[in-house]
Amino acid sequence: MRHVISLLIENESGALSRVSGLFSARGYNIESLTVAPTEDASMSRMTIVTIGSEEIIEQITKQLNKLIEVVKVVDISEAAHIERELMLIKVRATGKDREEIKRTADIFRARIIDVTDASYVIELTGNQSKLDAFTKAIDPALILETVRSGVCGIGRGDRVLKL
Amino acid sequence: MVLTGAEIVIRCLQEEKVEYVFGYPGGAVLYIYDALFQQEQVRHILVRHEQAAVHAADGFARSTQNVGVALVTSGPGATNAVTGIATAFCDSIPMVIISGQVPTAAIGQDAFQEVDTVGITRPCVKHNFLVRDVKDIATTIKKAFYLAKSGRPGPVLVDIPKDITNAKCEFEYPKEISMRSYNPVVKGHQGQIKKAVQLLLEAKRPMIYAGGGVVLSDAAEQLTKLTRLLGYPITTTLMGLGGYPASDRQYLGMPGMHGTYEANMSMHYSDVLLAVGSRFDDRVIGDPANFAEEPRKIIHIDIDPSSISKRVRVDVPIVGDVREVLDEMIRQLEAGPARPDISAWWKQVEEWRSRNCMVYKNSDTIIKPQFVVQKLWEVTGGDAFVSSDVGQHQMWAAQYYRFDKPRRWLNSGGLGTMGVGMPYAMGAQLAHPDAQVACVTGEASIQMNIQELSTCKQFRLPIKICNLNNRYLGMVRQWQQLFHGQRYSESYMDSLPDFAKLAESYGHVGFRIDKPSDVEGALREAFTTHKKDLVFLDFQVDQTENVYPMVQGGKGLTEMILSAEDL
Repeated sequence: MRHVISLLIENESGALSRVSGLFSARGYNIESLTVAPTEDASMSRMTIVTIGSEEIIEQITKQLNKLIEVVKVVDISEAAHIERELMLIKVRATGKDREEIKRTADIFRARIIDVTDASYVIELTGNQSKLDAFTKAIDPALILETVRSGVCGIGRGDRVLKL
Repeated sequence: MVLTGAEIVIRCLQEEKVEYVFGYPGGAVLYIYDALFQQEQVRHILVRHEQAAVHAADGFARSTQNVGVALVTSGPGATNAVTGIATAFCDSIPMVIISGQVPTAAIGQDAFQEVDTVGITRPCVKHNFLVRDVKDIATTIKKAFYLAKSGRPGPVLVDIPKDITNAKCEFEYPKEISMRSYNPVVKGHQGQIKKAVQLLLEAKRPMIYAGGGVVLSDAAEQLTKLTRLLGYPITTTLMGLGGYPASDRQYLGMPGMHGTYEANMSMHYSDVLLAVGSRFDDRVIGDPANFAEEPRKIIHIDIDPSSISKRVRVDVPIVGDVREVLDEMIRQLEAGPARPDISAWWKQVEEWRSRNCMVYKNSDTIIKPQFVVQKLWEVTGGDAFVSSDVGQHQMWAAQYYRFDKPRRWLNSGGLGTMGVGMPYAMGAQLAHPDAQVACVTGEASIQMNIQELSTCKQFRLPIKICNLNNRYLGMVRQWQQLFHGQRYSESYMDSLPDFAKLAESYGHVGFRIDKPSDVEGALREAFTTHKKDLVFLDFQVDQTENVYPMVQGGKGLTEMILSAEDL
């Protein structure tokens, strides 16, 4: 099963490698991992997308909690939550493709944020499947490069991950 | 008071009431050694290899309830320490390791004796720190000691660049430390404890299975009280030996790969199993699938939530300090209803016990290793601190030296590190200068830290080394004999030194013992006439003796080889 784990961690050097090292040492999967400081600069928030049986996920959350610098861990996929990922995609845009790509971007509510006479950079936010769908909708021969942020997640409603 | 970083380090150790620091100097720690030189409160034990420094500090910690402290330099000093740190980590031993680092400006420049110590040790410490400012030294060391001994204990490393040890700042040692990200649970959940007690009182075939957590939380007294109150059979793991008196009738010996028949059968066929500070390790329960086949309710008390339901599904988890939880269980039991009648279960247990699985064939002509350990137990009145290395001799020591008290048995259970025996004995002897300290070892293990004979001379450590010399890597040879078609690949020990003479060359006393009839006399002489000397007793033992009973790796607890006749 796919799980989305969110955690707050002290914003110290080496904290990220403690988390990633834990996953590699114990053979857990990481599908994506995002991290950035929160509104309180002394703390970072991480979103980890991982896959494993219930037993493995239980161990993952316990082992994460055991890391000294980890302040709080929540498996946000246990209840209603929202996931978003950001993608930047650079495509070859010449001739008739320019209009076609623009139209596709509009359908997906993506934004073209850089334009040259031969290329676009398109910005698209959504859940993973939306990003996948957009990538599929573009002729692969036109894709020059893509970059994805990895998943950010947050619980719906009253569910708050805070100190 | 304005002090240098190095002086602050030493002042912190003084504040923590550290008696001994085990270490080895080098470039990056010169300022710290200079500060160490100019005071008398903290004594330094100069080892001959950094690995032994960490092991000795670890042995000190195991035999007391204090934090062991080691001090090493950067680069090779730190990498040599890694085995020691990992050994302590696997057995949850509270330690603080201070390592020197190249000056801050040189970090990342591939400087002389530079390694990423924090990176290298990260997976084998409870936590580690790189100090970047002299102002942080005191708080960091305070945190290190707090982390090392609280919650599930473990080694904590503090890496200090050389320039930081020479910088100055105002010194004040924090009285208390609190960390928002670290709040170990101490008291167990009341409701869970109640459930556990109820379950225990409904049991028909109850069994208690206690591990190293009992020793670490100083809960032997509580465990003993609870077990006697219940009247149930008990087994203690390799790490839990001494957590319950081995001479007691309710005690069934050690479980697991080389455990007793009665302990393994009782574990397997129990209907309620109370696990106390133990972790269902692969050497204890064998194959978890096989173990899970027999239906039973499991109660698991552990300070570390991640130990619970890791290998075996637990019905009643109780997270908390073993001692606190046991105290509460005792309180509830004393107030609660009478214990159930389990005489039918005891009858079954006694039947298993009557198989007498620990019997071995003694000999008049050749020394049996088990016999040496039995005699050691007799001669020392069962009251010595006994360290061991890793291998057959370790199992024989665990099986035949019957520990009645906790913290007397010092061995590397989790990591299984050869070479810990002598440094552990050194640490224990320093902590208990008047106690009898023996190191049960083999000719292979002892050579992994043999250089410490020199340290023992310098610091007058009268440990007694009982070398069960079978000229083989015995446990490797045993597995090769049983599971690898008797192809003894690289498991012999050739070109051995004359250990007695070797010991003498360091200024110690050395005996070579060839005959069974000389075993007891040699031991008595070592512990009486040579009470004040280190004595190296080189016992020439049966080369082909195997450790029984045995559960083959990956098999179930009930699939035991009891003796050579079962092969």
